[in-house]
Amino acid sequence: MTERTPSQTVGPYLHIGLVPGPFGVREVFSGMVADAGVPGTHIRVEGRVLDGAGVAMPDAMLEIWQADAEGRYAHPADGRPLASNSFRGFGRVGTGADGGYAVQTIKPGQVKGPSGKLQAPHINVGLFARGILKRLFTRIYFAGEPTNATDPILALVPAERRATLLAKPDPAKAGLWRFDIHLRGPAETVFFDA
Amino acid sequence: MDDVYSRAGDTADPPLLYPDYRSTPVRSPSRPLITIPQTLSEITGPVYGHNDAKPGEADLTRQHAGEPLGERIIVTGRVLDENGRPVPHSLVEIWQCNAAGRYIHPVDQHPAPLDPNFTGAGRCVTDENGTYRFITIKPGAYPWGNHHNAWRPAHIHFSLFGPSFLTRLVTQMYFPGDPLFVFDPIHNSVPEAARHRMVSRFDMDTTRPDWALGYVWDIVLRGRNATPLDADHD
Repeated sequence: MTERTPSQTVGPYLHIGLVPGPFGVREVFSGMVADAGVPGTHIRVEGRVLDGAGVAMPDAMLEIWQADAEGRYAHPADGRPLASNSFRGFGRVGTGADGGYAVQTIKPGQVKGPSGKLQAPHINVGLFARGILKRLFTRIYFAGEPTNATDPILALVPAERRATLLAKPDPAKAGLWRFDIHLRGPAETVFFDA
Repeated sequence: MDDVYSRAGDTADPPLLYPDYRSTPVRSPSRPLITIPQTLSEITGPVYGHNDAKPGEADLTRQHAGEPLGERIIVTGRVLDENGRPVPHSLVEIWQCNAAGRYIHPVDQHPAPLDPNFTGAGRCVTDENGTYRFITIKPGAYPWGNHHNAWRPAHIHFSLFGPSFLTRLVTQMYFPGDPLFVFDPIHNSVPEAARHRMVSRFDMDTTRPDWALGYVWDIVLRGRNATPLDADHD
């Protein structure tokens, strides 16, 4: 058995290596997870990342991992062909001065879960920042989605905390969903360990 | 549903709340993480590598008109999983401060000089043996505001993917024998028995005469549990 290398924080200067555009370095990732050519319902997810004191975190980074509109992952363990070759299902975005982020994507389809039971549509999120010693992992579900009621992962979350995992549609703009992340406190987002 | 990826090695990781590192009390969840089974969502992950790094991006000393000041070094090693298998064709991203201990980042206001010939960002893709290799300059130590007279030991930030969402790792590589380790709460957030795994070793075979010192550091990502089939063959 080879011994695992420990995790460390990304620190406050993560942008230099991970979202380096402002430093004149070519970027390979962005918040554009699915461009206009990818089949599916195109959505935008916006939100803010806040610390335990309710203060916006301007130095956080989110990584997105999701299935396509048919619930297929661009990965050999899924194995099914994708409808679009340009869809890789991964995105990365830093937060702005107000702790805000935005991701342009498609609503994912249902993915197989434990015992073959389908999961509700969800987007996997990795969260990194100064003060986070190991990536935090959460999921974005969609409020009003009927399959949430039978999702096997949501079922593991105490009922009173499930709302922290639900993106809410913005009534003012079609296709816009809002999802804030609270690291700590009364509105603390549920984080997972897998 | 059985776990595809081992959880046993999680004991190497720091706790999310480590009060000596003063950013953690407001930036860590107060409630326990909720343990979930490993579904297709977790055992898949971004497949990056191949065309995602360009050859010149692994040399941090050749990104500007001139060469950066400082001690030129070669940093190389292998990316492995916990079963000792190489992780080939996988993206490695690094970032660091310059030889004076200053990051190019606007948030860093430490009064040490910027180097117009150094950005401090690099990336490469592991080869078929899991090997990565960077050319850079040795980063300096620098002060930070965590506590009175706080200094970070010299380090290079590393970001790795591996084959799934669960193998993702961001960590820091340190240099051997640094006297600042014992004072550094970020280094010491890791359980003592595992701290040495973050420290590279000086290697004369990697060192190139009249040109650069060599450091070797192998990185071990989370590995798969043995499957019944594997067990039959072990």
